[in-house]
Amino acid sequence: MRKYIIHSIFLFTIIAIIISCQNQETIDLQNYLSNGKDIYKTKCQNCHGENGEGLGKLAPPLTDSVFLKNNKNRLACIIKNGISERIMINGKEYQEKMPAFPELADIDVAQVMVYITNSFGNNQGFVPYSKVSVQLKNCK
Amino acid sequence: MNKIISSIAICMLSITILSSCKQDKKLPFYGERHAETVRDAAGVEKIDTVYQTIPNWSFLNQDSMVTTNKATDGKVYIADFFFTSCSTICPTMHRNLMTVYNDFKTNPDVMFVSHTIDFKYDKPSVLKKYAQKLGVDGSKWQFLYGSKDSVYTLAEKNYLVAVGEDSTAKDGYIHQGYLVLIDKNRRIRGAYDGTKEDQVEQLKKDIPVLLAEYKR
Repeated sequence: MRKYIIHSIFLFTIIAIIISCQNQETIDLQNYLSNGKDIYKTKCQNCHGENGEGLGKLAPPLTDSVFLKNNKNRLACIIKNGISERIMINGKEYQEKMPAFPELADIDVAQVMVYITNSFGNNQGFVPYSKVSVQLKNCK
Repeated sequence: MNKIISSIAICMLSITILSSCKQDKKLPFYGERHAETVRDAAGVEKIDTVYQTIPNWSFLNQDSMVTTNKATDGKVYIADFFFTSCSTICPTMHRNLMTVYNDFKTNPDVMFVSHTIDFKYDKPSVLKKYAQKLGVDGSKWQFLYGSKDSVYTLAEKNYLVAVGEDSTAKDGYIHQGYLVLIDKNRRIRGAYDGTKEDQVEQLKKDIPVLLAEYKR
């Protein structure tokens, strides 16, 4: 009987640790989404629209999940440094100058990136800002 | 019985009074005004108010054609000041203005005139690309290019919109995001902040009111 109790408590503790780790990430995700949305509203909504719909051929929509996924390692660089090369979004060609946002700290870039990649029909999960910091150091 | 008749009478009287109070709405006049003595058709002298008008202008449009006020004379038009590399208020202004454009697309009496304040970079070919990328290309929405003096003076003195070069501003220029409504006689009838959706909605309501003024 005693063995049984000890094993149950041990198993319960392990499960509790696993669940609380997941909860931490969910909490972080919610936090990033909330702050990211505020950043999006002040810096990005202007050109990319309230629902990420873009503006004609001047600013692309942010709804191309495939593009976002294929470029996930340079999204942070695009947000911080802008982009002016030709890109294909949702089958359409865009070539315009997106301005840089040097005033954004690494955490800001991470938060707005997580917001965008989890809104407008995208669902690409959480990326911690430590990872974004590394990406930003290696921007070309 | 008498009570019923009198209450019905009172109701009908109130309705008549209230409905007669409804006046035809007219948009206000902006800018300077002064009184002038004019002779009307019968030769009788009257004092009339003369309002500020937009003077003659001449610019190059997105097709590099000389475009003057002749394009807008006799029409109601909406004027604004922007530049293509603007990342602050212009995209929102034009996004909202697009919705107005779409609402009045089929009305030949309504036009749109956007003046660039970036005389260094926004040459007509750049304006053309911008117009095409925005999704408007045609004579209804004119994108005008002119010298710094001509555009800035027109903006500040005539359309009452502040514009200026500012090296400390994010994009190098500062300007107000007003959409200015001009009537068929070149008078300023409204100014709406193009970044505020409620004001743009008001503009959409005011355009038919202005057009109706000419139907009497």
